Amino acid sequence: MSSFGEPIGSSVTAADSPAVAEPTVGPGPDEAKVIRREHLALLLRSKTFIAGALILGFWIVCAIFGNLIAPDDPLRTNPVAALQAPSSAHLFGTDTLGRDVLSRVLVGARDILIVAPLATLLATAMGTLLGLVTGYFRGFVDDSLGRLIDAILAVPVVIVGLLSMVALGPSTVTVIFVIAVVFTPVIARTVRAAVLSEVQYEYVAAARLRNERAPYILFGEILPNVMGPVLVEFTVRLGYAIFTIATLSFLGFGIQPPAPDWGLQIYQHYGLISGGYWWPVLFPALAIASLVIGVNLLSDGISQAFER
Amino acid sequence: MSATAPEPTAVQTAPALELRDLEVAYRVRGVWREVLRGVTLSIARNEAYGLVGESGCGKSTAAFAALRYLPRNGRVMSGSILVDGEDLLSMNESQVRQLRVSKVSMVYQNPTAALNPSIRIGDQVAEVYALADGGSDGSDERAREMLSKVQIADPASVMRRYPHQLSGGMNQRVVIAMALATNPSLLILDEPTTGLDATVEGEVLDLIKTLREEFETSLLFITHNLGVMAKMCERMGVLYAGRLVEEGPVADVFDRPSHPYTVGLLRCIPRGGVRKDKETLDTIPGFLPQLGADLPACVFADRCGLAEDICRQQEPPFHRVSEGHCSRCHFYDRAHTLPRTTGAPPVLGESARQEPVLQARGVQKTFHQEGHAIHALNDVEFALKEGETLGLVGESGSGKTTLARLLIGLSPPDEGSVVELDGAQLAPTVSKRERDQVRALQIVFQNPDSALNRRFSIHRILGRALTMLTGQRGEEREEHLRQLAHSVRFDVRLIGARPAQLSGGLKQRVAIARAFAGDPRIVVCDEPTSALDVSVQAAILNLLVELQAKQKVAYLFISHDLGVVRYLSDRIAVLYLGRLMELGPADQVFESPQHPYTEALASAVPTAEGTERERIRLVGEIPSAASPPSGCVFHTRCPRYIGDVCKTEEPELKEVEPGHFWRCHYSAEQLRELQKTPPKPRV
Amino acid sequence: MTRFIAKRLGLGLITLWLLSVLVFFGTQVLPGDVARRILGPFASPSAVTALNKQLGTDKSVFVQYLNWITGLFHGDLGTSVATRTSVSSIVFPALWHSAKLAILAFIIVVPLGILGGVLAALYEGRFRDRLISVGGLSATTVPEFVWSVVFILVFALWLGILPSTATAPPGSGFLTQIEYLVLPALCLVFVLFGYIARMARAGTIESLEADYTRTAVIKGLPYRTVVRRHVLRNSLLPTIAVVATQAGYLIGGLVAIELVFNYQGIGQVLYRAAIQKDFPVLQSAVLIVGVVYLVATLLADLAYSLLNPRIRFESSS
Repeated sequence: MSSFGEPIGSSVTAADSPAVAEPTVGPGPDEAKVIRREHLALLLRSKTFIAGALILGFWIVCAIFGNLIAPDDPLRTNPVAALQAPSSAHLFGTDTLGRDVLSRVLVGARDILIVAPLATLLATAMGTLLGLVTGYFRGFVDDSLGRLIDAILAVPVVIVGLLSMVALGPSTVTVIFVIAVVFTPVIARTVRAAVLSEVQYEYVAAARLRNERAPYILFGEILPNVMGPVLVEFTVRLGYAIFTIATLSFLGFGIQPPAPDWGLQIYQHYGLISGGYWWPVLFPALAIASLVIGVNLLSDGISQAFER
Repeated sequence: MSATAPEPTAVQTAPALELRDLEVAYRVRGVWREVLRGVTLSIARNEAYGLVGESGCGKSTAAFAALRYLPRNGRVMSGSILVDGEDLLSMNESQVRQLRVSKVSMVYQNPTAALNPSIRIGDQVAEVYALADGGSDGSDERAREMLSKVQIADPASVMRRYPHQLSGGMNQRVVIAMALATNPSLLILDEPTTGLDATVEGEVLDLIKTLREEFETSLLFITHNLGVMAKMCERMGVLYAGRLVEEGPVADVFDRPSHPYTVGLLRCIPRGGVRKDKETLDTIPGFLPQLGADLPACVFADRCGLAEDICRQQEPPFHRVSEGHCSRCHFYDRAHTLPRTTGAPPVLGESARQEPVLQARGVQKTFHQEGHAIHALNDVEFALKEGETLGLVGESGSGKTTLARLLIGLSPPDEGSVVELDGAQLAPTVSKRERDQVRALQIVFQNPDSALNRRFSIHRILGRALTMLTGQRGEEREEHLRQLAHSVRFDVRLIGARPAQLSGGLKQRVAIARAFAGDPRIVVCDEPTSALDVSVQAAILNLLVELQAKQKVAYLFISHDLGVVRYLSDRIAVLYLGRLMELGPADQVFESPQHPYTEALASAVPTAEGTERERIRLVGEIPSAASPPSGCVFHTRCPRYIGDVCKTEEPELKEVEPGHFWRCHYSAEQLRELQKTPPKPRV
Repeated sequence: MTRFIAKRLGLGLITLWLLSVLVFFGTQVLPGDVARRILGPFASPSAVTALNKQLGTDKSVFVQYLNWITGLFHGDLGTSVATRTSVSSIVFPALWHSAKLAILAFIIVVPLGILGGVLAALYEGRFRDRLISVGGLSATTVPEFVWSVVFILVFALWLGILPSTATAPPGSGFLTQIEYLVLPALCLVFVLFGYIARMARAGTIESLEADYTRTAVIKGLPYRTVVRRHVLRNSLLPTIAVVATQAGYLIGGLVAIELVFNYQGIGQVLYRAAIQKDFPVLQSAVLIVGVVYLVATLLADLAYSLLNPRIRFESSS
């Protein structure tokens, strides 16, 4: 229906003919702020964004001040009080080593909230670089990288994770490496698509027509125009990173004991469910669910605001 | 053109369409913005009514309102719409549907998108019959009949095809067939030929004319092209900012425009073979109002050279100029005295230098696509002198944009092509050219939205170009930048703005300024005004002429608009399927003798004078560049086809008169003789 | 069209070859001394040498790769280090188990996801749309193992209406087998629903806004006909492609689900092989997962091109 909506834009149409004075436009730099403010206003009007931000904010606060909030030391074991059901003493009960589940849930976001953004940031940086280069130069580099990306994508993330853990041994660094390696091609693909559509624009040709070098065209001209998709991709991948790290921890390949990581807690206790010991599993599970849903609501809000 | 205004007393039945004081608004960001501000018009049975106006004036909104098909954010605020005397706004959904089935149809721009890509043509047409009759008995047969009525040669095979397998012109025929299938009383055409090639456009317009008579259908014809309007319509209305400012028989309005806006519009377009050295084009000062902007009592007052206080305070009534001709202007009787906004044309002196700045010889370009070699350009040669404009015309697939990209070094020509700047061969790609060569040869692209980086301020866009092309920095560069902005009449106070804040015309000025940053010798203009409204186009064309007079720059001016090309060009080159068909002084190319293709092309373009010469029909479609015809590539469609020689032997580009070249087996004398009469249609 | 398919097939084969190199390097080159990795730091040097000899890892990297590939072409996937049985006897039955689970999940989720997406598109921006979109997104982003434990808690433990494992007792009938598979399949359904609904929604919205839909409305077709005949035909095509690419993703999800439900599928095999450092099983299983993924995408391409006239009849111009 776009073709008959008539031009509906935010732009201020200024004088077209030299005969007319009094432009309706202020000086430039403010405009950047206006656009930013407009995005912000859209974001703040989005319920999903606010809900997501609140949830994520809650877990960030817990990760930073967890030890102050937690009723108990999350690492202190107490074999005598193992596997106690929720009670007034332990609202969420205790685990097999007698540790307080509530305390462990409250601080459980700490590792994942460090590891996931770091890994995603790394992947975003590498993916953006790769996407810019392959999208701009095309040809052989693009084709061969494209094949490699397909090959990596042919294997589910979790399995690449398993494979890498076996090859490199489980550690936090390995987790970051795995996430970065797996997400880089995915991000590269998104950025490449954005670059391909940018290259169609003639401002790129115009840059070449004043003898700009490729790095300037890539980073000076094209990159600012693809930052929107990059930001959206970052938030989306952040959600996936949390998803993947939690899963790897659950499989015993991610964050290592005795960290109070949620996935790890479920890994250590899921065998006990059928015995009726549900609390050391359910509470961390709900915590993970709330965190990933929060991050994804956030990214959904951001992408909707930017895609307008 | 027969201007038969309907006799109100003679019409027994209700008009085909009647809009009464129609107000439509769109809700944008929570605010209702007026698009139509009380439009009243009436289209009699069998009448062709044209609605003309620039972008944002609400002409498409009026069309869709007549079908009660507004976008989600649109609403009819007041007024009424009557189709065949029935009130459209009080109907329920199923009545509206019934009306769309039987009484009103619509054809719009971009026919290929208008057809469903995954349903066969035949089924899409038959669907209309099935819908109208309730059953599908014989609907296939009727679809076939209808397709042959829109002059599709082999309807049976077309029916089995999908839209992507047909050309744009063919698809538009199919859309027209669907629209006329149920013999509607009103056919709405919204820019039906915009985007089609000139020769195809001519065919489609002729077809609409013929069918309209056969089906006795009323037309609401919406266009921005005054030439098309003159050819197709009997009565016309001029819309400005959602208000009908003038209405009357087409010939009357063209002869005696009685609203300053209409006067301005008609002066904007290069007509009657007027050229840049004789006359500047008049412009309409100011800018098109934003959607729903607050406007004075007379919506045009802010841009009107005749406006007085009364125009801002009192809405002008519809003054009767003559029988059926009305104008919404307080000073309708002296609208034609509207002062011109532009002065005398600049003096374009002849250049003393005789040797060309740019010389192209034997230029070839081959693309390889899935194993096929596509010869986009074949043996093209021309020279460009200092301060001269060479117009380049051709339809799609002619290779004009390929040639532009190749000259400026964005895509390399085939081995062996010669492109010389001041006698020195240019490197195939821009990155291998000297800085002086790069700055000497620049381009203005068609669409400034695409050509300007939307993240940068105008200051940065122009500043960077200056730095890279001239090496200037600091205060020296700032000074130059101000001069540059001034030279394209760009208000320096807007220099901090970003492209999105500027109107289309201002953006194109920036793009022109950028091309002129390094004092170029040659600027390639690739359809620089085709994305702009006509009133803006005039200002840009004037600017190009002014810059040329001042800087002795040479233009290679590419356009599909023959009027514009003729206005601006000293010489004209005509391309067809990658071959130069004709090259010569502008006036000679437009007059007999001319190459048969140029002859057909020129005859296909409707002109605003309405003094149209008989259109020469071209048979078939433009062949694909992947498999061009043998011999003369134009032989499959040539109206002056000689015989086998055309099929087997490709004619040389020969000089038929001094400075006038063409690629045809005929000589100048032969064609001059032949072109005294129009060719017989080929079968 | 044959050209299109041939091209896809060729690209698939190249991808597969690249994948084999990646897997090979991941399991055989990166860990350094393979036998030492398997046997652990306390094994005697002679045992390590012996195992390396048995695995062929004492030879040059190139020869090792060649041997592995030649084996694969002869249907010899190697021998498991942990169980001393042939890899194919482990991998293929597991693959079949997983397939049953996946098929059940797909039968539920594909119609549901498409329906959800189309409904959301038809009510774009309104409550129904937000409910489906946000709900689907949330269901999709929660990891499978979380759904698994929550479902077991709710349906098996608290409500007691479904079994908490996925493996039916031997000799069970078809319906009993399905009963056992419902919970794990439901986890996959939850995780996949959002993807499919989102694609179907995006495709439908695009199609609803297309000019041809406007043409259909202006023809006077009833809205239902417009949607059924003109919109869905075009909007569901891209969804088909997405459904197939989810096949690979699904196998990743199977690892966690099969672990929680203790189901002997390919995910479980991969996991055990990784834990036990059973490289021959790991290598071949990963490669087979790759093959499954590529076959699925190839089938999707095929279906897509069969349904899409723009590819079926390559434009002559």
